[in-house]
Amino acid sequence: MDNIAGSKSSLTWVVHISVVLLVALWVFPTVGLLVSSFRTTDQISSSGWWAALFRSEQSQRLRVADPGDNRIERDGVYLVEGNFFTESGGGGEITSWGTSSREIDAYAPGDVADLGDGETITVDAAANYVWSGNDEQISGRGQRVFVTAISPPEFTLANYDNILFSGGPGDNMAKAFFNTLTVTIPATVIPIVIAAFAAYALAWMDFPGRALLIAAVVGLLVVPLQLALIPLLKLHVDIGIGKGYLGAWLAHTGFGLPLAIYLLRNYMVGLPRDIIENAKVDGATDFQIFTKIILPLSFPALASFAIFQFLWTWNDLLVAKVFLIDSTGQTTVMTDQIVNLLGTRGGNWEILATAAFVSIAVPLCVFFAMQKYLVRGLLAGSVK
Amino acid sequence: MNPAFQGLITIIIGVGGCIGYFYFSNQFLDKVLFPAKGPHAGRNINRANMIRPWLFLFPAMFALGLYLGYPVIETLRLSLTDRDQGGAFVGLANYNQMFSEPKFWEALSNNMLWLIVVPAASTAFGLLAAQLTDRIKWGSAAKSLIFMPMAISFVGAAVIFKLVYDTRPADQNQIGILNAVWLRFEGGPGSFLFLQILPALLLLSFAGIVAYVGWIFVQPIAKSREKGGGAGFVPLRLLVGAGSLYLVFLSLRSVISVFTFDFPHGEPQTWLTLPFWNSFFLMIVLIWIQTGFAMVILSAALRGIPEETIEAAIVDGANPLQVFFKIKVPQIIGTIVVVWTTITITVLKVFDIVFAMTNGQWETQVLANYMFDKMFRANDWGVGSASAIIIMLLVSPILIWNVYNARKEMK
Repeated sequence: MDNIAGSKSSLTWVVHISVVLLVALWVFPTVGLLVSSFRTTDQISSSGWWAALFRSEQSQRLRVADPGDNRIERDGVYLVEGNFFTESGGGGEITSWGTSSREIDAYAPGDVADLGDGETITVDAAANYVWSGNDEQISGRGQRVFVTAISPPEFTLANYDNILFSGGPGDNMAKAFFNTLTVTIPATVIPIVIAAFAAYALAWMDFPGRALLIAAVVGLLVVPLQLALIPLLKLHVDIGIGKGYLGAWLAHTGFGLPLAIYLLRNYMVGLPRDIIENAKVDGATDFQIFTKIILPLSFPALASFAIFQFLWTWNDLLVAKVFLIDSTGQTTVMTDQIVNLLGTRGGNWEILATAAFVSIAVPLCVFFAMQKYLVRGLLAGSVK
Repeated sequence: MNPAFQGLITIIIGVGGCIGYFYFSNQFLDKVLFPAKGPHAGRNINRANMIRPWLFLFPAMFALGLYLGYPVIETLRLSLTDRDQGGAFVGLANYNQMFSEPKFWEALSNNMLWLIVVPAASTAFGLLAAQLTDRIKWGSAAKSLIFMPMAISFVGAAVIFKLVYDTRPADQNQIGILNAVWLRFEGGPGSFLFLQILPALLLLSFAGIVAYVGWIFVQPIAKSREKGGGAGFVPLRLLVGAGSLYLVFLSLRSVISVFTFDFPHGEPQTWLTLPFWNSFFLMIVLIWIQTGFAMVILSAALRGIPEETIEAAIVDGANPLQVFFKIKVPQIIGTIVVVWTTITITVLKVFDIVFAMTNGQWETQVLANYMFDKMFRANDWGVGSASAIIIMLLVSPILIWNVYNARKEMK
């Protein structure tokens, strides 16, 4: 309330902090999923995702490279030299190391550990090691070393590669992604066309029973989808559509129509009467008025509904399960596949998180790109 | 045939067919049936104009009738028949069977809990967020982040929150944030503050708000007694009054139990299997999604409040809380009701969240999932239809109210 005299500035800080907390609370769960989708299986199961954002301390049991291949002789002493990070992955900085599992932090980086009879090993902070001794000592398997390293945050794209390209049939979402797209686009476009004509008739044409029809549309806005499942599935099976894309498109069209008609009619009623009457005087037919004047002017309302219907069909599970997915499972959509993954891969968070994020990504992009229209549609669409 | 290709063809046929239908039917009407020339040109134009609206409306009305109108009646009929007996009429047998199932009552009582908690919490958080972000510079960015879950599917949200609620054995690192936070509480003063004082305060403020709303409803009866006039809707007012009294009683009882409850500190909890409380953990998912919706609508309503009323109140010495509750809220109460009812409808239809997170196990069943269960797992279309009718009955007061308002507005 900074524009009103007598407001208190201390309150502004409370407001700012509360909003920061509220936003953090709301964004936190999604960020968790996003971060998890970039971590490896081991990372996810060994620490919470919030730990991935900071440098982490990790202890590992490693082995020096095999003496049979890597041993060199220098001044009568046999050596194996190398670097743990380049050999077994990882990175960062070694904070301590040891040669026995009872004392894994016995030595600081750079110390030389005496293994008896002149056999020594040393590891520095960058994980370079030198293992030296006589012919007999430097043989067989490589010396065991425990290192504790502080490593910077580390992320991988392997999960996305697995989900989108290389994964097995249960994990790979590419097919489901295209199936979802196949359901979504016709199910968004067709109701718009049908509803636009009906909305024009309800907004600008005079005929008996118009008020009754508008009331009916308002009533149908809230009829629960659940009611339509059994009768329509029966109908689809009876007339030979069965379960498939056509049935899903028709169902989405039917269920989306009340909102489409309601939104578009409310918008079209608000268009200036003069334009339409002038066009009529000039001899334009209703069809011409509709296509040349009303449709271009109604673009914001059309966009609002298109976003609604897109989000709704993309995110839908129920209609897909009832009208689309048959026993072969060839037409599975992403939401359904994720539910299946929750059952079969319940503990594999790297797969679940990535799969969920692949399905969330497209609606989120649409949301952030076209938020203006979504808000406008919401404001017009909530029955006043 | 490739489904993507098939989809493309459907778009072309569907859209082209619609446009073709509208174009050619209008052409037919104007050129062939009632041409605007010849001896009866004037009469023909009038007739054509009487028919034209129905040409525009026909596809929509056909689709609405077939996909929403017909199913209401057909579901009602199916709920009175038995599929195993070849669709024979069985009267109320399906309903009797449903009412004798404990799972149905569990679903119904859970649904009632959802109906109270989710709209109330979403609207309250939405109002709070709308008011807080109203006049700060980065308010619109904050709003769009709180609004973001609207774009996320219920299934996606279920995965997000399953990670939040994840449980690992006590000797491992917790990877679910809720358990990680839970294990920080060890019974010290911090735990006392966050686990007992804070919930108690929340419950008390809830009780206060409910009592206030109940009082607003009941007050006119007492007033009208004094004046001798009728207050109108007396049974409804008494019902709301009794309901709010019951809610106040429940929340006060919960305050006591919060203080007497022995918290299992230091043990990771499997949140989704805790009976009774797990329903609340599922509700949080829907509240998380719906708050953005409530915020957007209420924020627009707050912006629409005339500035003079607020300035007048401040000049008269009202503090910010008084301005909010006594000046702003009464002016947007209509919008609050709209938001509340819209979320109520969403709650009644909630299916995906329960289906993906618990599938109704551990006493989290809700009606929509119960119906899906009956329909596709038990293959019992009679009871499935009967439960769908129950959902319809719960929605119908809102339906009637909406239609009533829409008609009033048009007049």
